[in-house]
This record gives sequence, structure tokens and C-alpha cells, in this order.
Amino acid sequence: MNERCAVIGIGQTVLKSKRDDVSMAGLVREAAKMALEDADLGWADIDAVVIGKAPDMFEGVMMPEHYLAGALGAVGKPMFRVHTAGSVGGSTALVAAHLVATGIHQRVLTVAFEKQSDSDAMWALSVPQPFSAPLLAGAGGYFAPIIRSYIRRSGAPNDVGMKVAVKDRLHALKNPYAHLHLPDIDLKMVEESVMLWDPLHYLESCPSSDGAAAMVLASDDVAKAQAKATGRKPAWIHGMAMRSEPTQFAGRNLINPQAGRDCAKDVFGQAGISNPRAELDCAEVYVPFSWYEPMWLENLGFCDEGDGWKLTDAGATSLDGGDIPWNCSGGVLSSNPIGASGMLRFLEAALQVRGMAGEHQVADARKALGHAYGGGSQFFAMWVVGTDRPE
Amino acid sequence: MSKAPSTRKGTRPVAIVATAQSPSTRRVEQANEIEMLMPVISEVYANAKMTKDDIDFICSGSTDYLIGGPFSFVMALDAVGVWPPKRESHVEMDAAWALYEAWVQLQEEECEVALVYGFGKSSLGDLSRILALQLDPYVMAPLWPDQVSLAALQAQAMIDAGMATEEDFARVASRARHNALGNPNAQVKYDKSMEELMAEEYVSAPLRRHALPPLSDAASAVIMVAGERAYDIVERPAWITGIDHRMEAHALGARNLTASPSTERAAKEAGVDQVKVDLAEIHAPFAHQEILLRRAMDLDESVSVNPSGGPLAANPLMAGGLIRFIEAADRIIDGSATAAVAHATSGPVLQQNMVAVLEGAS
Repeated sequence: MNERCAVIGIGQTVLKSKRDDVSMAGLVREAAKMALEDADLGWADIDAVVIGKAPDMFEGVMMPEHYLAGALGAVGKPMFRVHTAGSVGGSTALVAAHLVATGIHQRVLTVAFEKQSDSDAMWALSVPQPFSAPLLAGAGGYFAPIIRSYIRRSGAPNDVGMKVAVKDRLHALKNPYAHLHLPDIDLKMVEESVMLWDPLHYLESCPSSDGAAAMVLASDDVAKAQAKATGRKPAWIHGMAMRSEPTQFAGRNLINPQAGRDCAKDVFGQAGISNPRAELDCAEVYVPFSWYEPMWLENLGFCDEGDGWKLTDAGATSLDGGDIPWNCSGGVLSSNPIGASGMLRFLEAALQVRGMAGEHQVADARKALGHAYGGGSQFFAMWVVGTDRPE
Repeated sequence: MSKAPSTRKGTRPVAIVATAQSPSTRRVEQANEIEMLMPVISEVYANAKMTKDDIDFICSGSTDYLIGGPFSFVMALDAVGVWPPKRESHVEMDAAWALYEAWVQLQEEECEVALVYGFGKSSLGDLSRILALQLDPYVMAPLWPDQVSLAALQAQAMIDAGMATEEDFARVASRARHNALGNPNAQVKYDKSMEELMAEEYVSAPLRRHALPPLSDAASAVIMVAGERAYDIVERPAWITGIDHRMEAHALGARNLTASPSTERAAKEAGVDQVKVDLAEIHAPFAHQEILLRRAMDLDESVSVNPSGGPLAANPLMAGGLIRFIEAADRIIDGSATAAVAHATSGPVLQQNMVAVLEGAS
């Protein structure tokens, strides 16, 4: 990073199955307006807009940024559209942050969204391609065999996934924006829900949500000035990284992908973190299917390979007494507006270190990880944000 | 050793050092988008005398709406090869914007070499129907306005404003197709008299066949290098000394179709008025748009516009904007130009525009 960059404004919509009270433009504007108000800036103060979402077929609009330009105050400004599969919300935030970190712009609005109710994401993901292996009806069908392989390799007890499902839904009860609020959630309820893709029960899978997320990213001077004016702390970026690897090749480690490990090493290196479990206060990690919590605990170096499930099993990742709470917002398991899900992880990490996470705040959180992944667990985007301005 | 030139806004100097494109073709048979792309990737590596191991950052531009399935960029990336894992990103925009993202990444010290590519097979579907899906989904797309009709509205507005005549459109088309005779990658090239062109029937008045771009399949790629390392690759790197892009309103009724304020602004930010421009590669798919954009960038008569033939001669969606950068950079690299303008557009009727100045250091 050439220049310091901080999150000074955060906005998100209420997430639910159908936001039929708003158009697509209304949805993104709701989040963007909230972020601007948080930053105490107006539309005219913004230098550039960076928007991201998952495949355009999810809504049926080709390159919707053109149609959304007016709603996001982008007329007359540079507007940029990112699409990197499920990691896109995170990648979009990184593209926006680089515009500030390189000194090109001072104040960048970044937005990510999905209005899944306008279409059917599962089938949009399942269009047969000539000469290509089908994705087998949605993402769950793709990831279930990888999860089974993880269970076999690690020797994890069968209920660890269900424990993640319960924990993240309990967290979601503390987040008013979360899609799923299941006050009666317990292991029995998860176990009795229908088996979708063995070993994933219905309640071990993410919902389909409509929603948008937005952030205002600012340069050093702007961040300091706005913090002074608003009394709200910025979330300073301590590191940002992305990595990609191919979908398939002989010998590819699908359970613990190299790109994820490399990306974590890069982002923690930039942030000066050698032991993420000890040095971070919390993490928002893209866990769309329950078992991805233990798998990513290992991939991101929060523990040794094969030990991820032990942390989950012992409650280490719970907001209720865990030493390294994961997904205090309820995570992707509680809300999944696909294109926005990665940005929500980045944004929730920023909320934590700003001390603005409300009921799901981790006490005195000063450093947090935001993480997103996509495709066949091959695209990774991460950032570390902190309360303190990095030296 | 030569020095990198200073840039308009003090950004890190970044140069295009190698380019490649496939010949634009009405319909590439027996090859899917990825098979069409891969020879171009091999060629750009060969031109840069590099392998994928030299690349710090990859960025691509493409759209799922051509192939009709999600994640077309993923299959392309698999073929391009990101192993060991790399920093990589994708824009659902013309690959000119992928170049912009790479230019941003190259501002960071740890990033020195970037590969940028784009691909589009317009022949896979009915482009007029597909591009209608780019319009406001609530009030415009349900009417299925096709891109030729929208362009014709703009052309008629220009005529009504006294900015141009149908003969002017034909003159642009005639020069473009004539220039294309010298471009092996061009698809539509000819020498035809004004009488012949004006005798063509309207496709959508006031646009005759000659004022329309072809439908093209093609892929394009560039390698960019930051700083003086560019001179290790090529004697005359095409330095990006200024680059900017801007958006306009979407609703056609909210825009003055006879002007391109986004291009004007981008040209000003890129510093077009601060250099003696030899040539401009303008991404104007329709003949009248070249007149409009030329005026927006305030390019005088001495500037050679679209010596490659431009989009009227070769118009692959998603790869075409990047081809403007390629054609401009090639003239710098081969020494035939000192300063060139590259322009790219996206969205209905020139909604979004990018302008860059490329220079060879003297």
C-alpha cells in the first residue's frame, strides 16, 4: 500500500428472502445512503464508485451497473464493475481500497448486492455447458463431496457441522440485519431438517437472500477529518490480498486450497500477524455451508491442519465465551445475498474494530479479518482491519 | 538506459510492452471462447518473451451474456493457468476496464507485470436481443429496444442538431473500411465510392448498412509493465501517461445524445489536450459516434483517427475496447507514432467512456 486507507462509512440493507418493497436500484441506494450518512459525506463528495455482484444471470440484467449509475450517484464519475464469483463482495472492496491506497482517489463508495428473488440462483448456476462437468444443481452439490473428504481425513465427529449451524444462527439473533432469525435453533432442529447434500442438512446451508452492502473508503487525511467530525472511529486497513487458482487439476487440494493459504499468508504478513488466533480479536469468514468453518480455520492458519473441528467443537469460535469468535454477525449461514456476502464479511470486520457492531460486538475488538471465497473454492479475497492506524 | 516518462498526474509510469489479438471473424467455428483466446495468450507471452511465471497480476474482461451461462471467465482463467496461485481479478466489462484495474494494481510497488485479456463471441446469440437486457429492467428492457435503433436515435439527433449529415456518416465508414485494408485482423474492409455507400438501404434510418459495425468474434491481450523494467522487454514501450473513465446517466431521456460529457471529462483528465496527438483509436461502433467522440476529445484534423479501421471494421464485444489500446500501443511500439489516444466505450449509446494517452518516450 502506498497510502493509508480506512473504512469511514458502512451501510447494509435488511436481508431477507424477497425485498419486493424496492427495485434493484432502491436496494443498492438504501445501503449506499446509510454508508454515506455514517461517513457524514454527500453523494457529491464521492470520487468514484466500485460495484460488485455475482453472475448477471442471477437477476437477468446484463451489466446492471449501467442502469444503477444514477441510483449510486455515479453520473460524471468513474464507475467500475467487478465480478469474481462468490468472492466478489470482497474483491470489490479490495478494488475500491486500491483506488485509495494508490492515491488515485480520496473517497470511494463501494457497493455489492444480489436480488436473488428476481431469479433463481441455483438454476442460474446449473446451466449445462458443452464439454464441461455440470455443477450438479447448485453449490451444495459441488461442495458436499469435498466436505465428506474433510471429515474422512480429519476424523471429525459428524456433529461438528451442525454445531456451526447452531452457533452462527445464535449469533444472527444479535444482528438485526440478518436474514435468518431462528430463536429455537438447536442441534436437534438442525439434525431433523431435511438432508440436502449428504452430509449437509437444510439448516447447514445458507439461505437465498436479497440485500446490499456498502462502504465508504477514505484516504488518510479524509479519514482523520471525518473521524474528528463524526466522533466515529475509522477501521484502518492493515493488509489486503487476493489469490486465485484453477478449478480442477490432478492433485489439487480441494479441501485446503493453496490459494487460500497463500492469500492468508500475504494478508497476515502485511498486517504483522504471525498467530491469527491469538492476535486477531474476531473474524468474519465466508462459511456458506457449516463444515467450511473448521476447514477454513485450518486453511487460514488459525490452527494446524486437521485441528479445525476441535476449535469449533470446543466453542472457541463462539461469541459466547470463545477466544476467537467467528461470524458474530451470523455469517453467510444466516444471510446470503451472494454478490454482497463477501462485502458483508469485510464490512462486519470493520464494524467490529470501530466498536459499532451493537449486540454482536466483541468486547474491545481491535483487529479483525474479513474473508471471502468463490468458485470451486478457488478465488480468495481478504483484508485485516484495525482500530489503530498502521505505522 | 532510457527513462520512463513522467505521467500527467504523477502516477507510477506503466507501459504496454506486448499485445496480441485474434483476427475478428463473423463466426469462429470449431472453437469455443476459450479455444479462441488461448492462441492469443500464447502470442502475447511470446511477444513479451515472458511466461506465466513472470506475471504478478491477471485481469480479464468478459460477459456471461454472450455464452449464456454463468462464470465464463472461470473457464478461461482455468485455461490461462493460475498455478501456483496468483493475484487475479475479473471485470464484467470490456477488457479496457480490466486494463484499468491492472494499471491501478501496477501503481503498487510489489506489482510489476500484469496480463490483461478479453474475449467475446458475438456469434453465439442475437446481440440485439442480448444487449437489450443491458437496459433498465423495469421500464426499458421489456420493450426490447435493439442497439441499432438506439444508435439511430442518436444519429438522427445529431442530424437534427446540424452536427452531421448522412454523407458525413458515409465518409467515416468509407475511410474506416479503407484503412482496414491494411489491417490483417480487420473483418470488414473495402474501397467503395460515396455513391455506392449512399445507395445502400437504411437498416434503421438514418443509418445505412455501412454505418453499422460488424458482429465479430475475437480475443485480445496485453502485457503491461511498471517502471523502467519495460525497456527490458521492448525498445519503445507504450507508456500510459494519462488515463480516466467516466459514467453518464442511463435513461436516454436524461441525456443529451449529441454530446459525450463523459468522454470530454475523461479526455481532460487523461491530458489529451496536453500532447501533440498523432493518432486516435476510437471505440465508436457506429459511424456517427466517431464524429461525436472526436469532437468530445477535441481532436483536430491532423489526428489520424482509427488507422486500423476501428470498430466499423472489427467489433468483438468485450475485447474491442482493449483492441483500441492494442492498435494505439502497436503504433508507439513500432515507432510510427509518438503520442496516441486510446478510447473505449461501454453501455448503451456511449453511456460510459474511457480515454488514455499513450506515449513513446523520446
